[in-house]
Amino acid sequence: MFNRDRWSEIFETIRKNKLRTFLSGFTISLGIFIFIILFGFGNGLKNTFNQFFLDDATNTFFLFAGQTSLPYRGFKANRRIQFENEDLADIKNNFPLFIEYITPRISRGATVRYKLESQNYTTRGVGPAHQFAEKTIMMKGRYINESDIQNQEKYAVIGRLVAVDLFGTEDPTGKFIDIGSSVFKVVGVYQDEGGDNEERFIYIPYTTRQLLEKSNDKIDQIILAFKPEIGYGGAMAFESQLRRFLKDKKDIDPTDPRGIFIRNIADQLKQNQQFASVLQIIVTFVGLGTLIAGIIGISNIMVFVVKERTKELGIRKALGASPRSVINMILHESIFITTISGYMGFLAGILVLKSVGDKLSEDYFITNPNVDMSTAIFATIILIIFGGIAGYIPAKRAAKIQPIIALRNE
Amino acid sequence: MIKINNLHKSYKMGSSSLHVLKGIDFNVEEGELVAIMGSSGSGKSTLLNILGMLDIADEGSYLLDDFPIKNLDETKAAKYRNKFLGFVFQSFNLINYKTAMENVSLPLYYQGVNRKERQQQALEYLAKVGLAEWATHLPSELSGGQKQRVAIARAMASRPKVLLADEPTGALDTKTSYEVMDLIQQINNEGKTILVVTHEPDIAQMCKRVVQLKDGVIVEDKKVEQVLASQYV
Repeated sequence: MFNRDRWSEIFETIRKNKLRTFLSGFTISLGIFIFIILFGFGNGLKNTFNQFFLDDATNTFFLFAGQTSLPYRGFKANRRIQFENEDLADIKNNFPLFIEYITPRISRGATVRYKLESQNYTTRGVGPAHQFAEKTIMMKGRYINESDIQNQEKYAVIGRLVAVDLFGTEDPTGKFIDIGSSVFKVVGVYQDEGGDNEERFIYIPYTTRQLLEKSNDKIDQIILAFKPEIGYGGAMAFESQLRRFLKDKKDIDPTDPRGIFIRNIADQLKQNQQFASVLQIIVTFVGLGTLIAGIIGISNIMVFVVKERTKELGIRKALGASPRSVINMILHESIFITTISGYMGFLAGILVLKSVGDKLSEDYFITNPNVDMSTAIFATIILIIFGGIAGYIPAKRAAKIQPIIALRNE
Repeated sequence: MIKINNLHKSYKMGSSSLHVLKGIDFNVEEGELVAIMGSSGSGKSTLLNILGMLDIADEGSYLLDDFPIKNLDETKAAKYRNKFLGFVFQSFNLINYKTAMENVSLPLYYQGVNRKERQQQALEYLAKVGLAEWATHLPSELSGGQKQRVAIARAMASRPKVLLADEPTGALDTKTSYEVMDLIQQINNEGKTILVVTHEPDIAQMCKRVVQLKDGVIVEDKKVEQVLASQYV
């Protein structure tokens, strides 16, 4: 392996057969390069998809109340159903094994004022767990907490864009704002990856909202998250149990399709995950296809190279080269060339991906195209190995040829 | 130097078999210059291939320098070829991307001689065939006669016991042929055993002994009065 003479012989052969070296090296470089580019773009497509669809928490149920459509237990049809604080506690107590967190949401539009600035926003009366349901990220201060709920505090957590609209460059925390003619203290500013609209909400304790509305205990919407470990099947089972429980509690006919609605993101999550896995399959398929094309390319060029050298190999054999030394020579050479040029293609591919970065995300939905190192290195090694095998088979045949036949082959 | 006894060789051609060599008895002493003649199909190339360990006889014995040549696998054959034999071919068979000197030093590479030594010896042999100043030229820059002289230098470089030349002048014009034969005669005069396969009578006349093959048997084996090639050069 480290015989200096053999290496100098190989370098000489490479130096004096530039076209041949270039052809075989180029095939490998191109194979690796295209593999990395395509695979990277595929991953970029996947990244975009994940960004679009996998933003909010995905283990979430949204519960809405509506009008019934069937009479039941002495109640008439078309009765309006209303959630109350008691329902929240009941759900929590009846399904402790399934529920990770639960929060109400009461949405109200309101005019919000600070000094001379004034604007209309949607306020949401929520519990502390709402932060997880929306994946809200705090920039300054804090979110609504349990003691705010207990004490019906007039505290508000405002979105980044609300802060920009009302406060400009001023720090909003600790300031007082006027929401629908009640004064609230700003305790925190948040951001949300879901986009601009998500950053224009104002969160307040739901109990404070109820206090403002004549101390009622009505709730619009309930958001709850199940424990992810119960899985898709568990989530579906939980959903139907929850529906049965609430319908019974609210005196709704079990067969009534209306009255209570549960939007189960688990269902959506599954679809999204299926789509993501289809994308993954496509990416893998493209990668494998390129790799196979690369292997075929390098095999062809190797067969051609050895064929071209048949006569030379015959001469070498007549001069005393053993079959082993002939095979070794070709293998050394091909592995050397494929390793060097494979590495070059690998570098070029990575460089192109790095330089593309996020430039294509707007128009082509390719975000941060990347290939993880182990995949890229694996692909390079696969091509080098197959380059070696592809060189070995014809080399072995060439080494077996009687020198006299090789030499007669004019 | 070479002792051949009752050598048979046949090739399978489908269902029938072609009997090419039909019992050859043939001895060559050290220092001889032998021409093997015969028309095509007479078996002269087959004989040379067997002598050159490029082919294996079906029957009979072959001793090279009192060393029995039998049961050779490819690796052993390569080793013996390198050690015992030098080849000169009709089409020169130089490696076209190597310079004259590199071509000559190739057998030494397979003998495991180190690089410096190889180059020095190669230069010596090139000087011997009168091409010292062409050492760094590629075969494509040499004339036919020069190429054949490089090939002879290469065959000599491994210090073989026997030089086998297969139609060494077949691709050359008459004048160049005689120059090459002159070189072969000089090497022979230094004591090297040489076998030349040819179908040209004038070339055969420049050897010391002529063996005629016909249909796989030796029909004539006679010493001849050697014509010196140098008188035509």
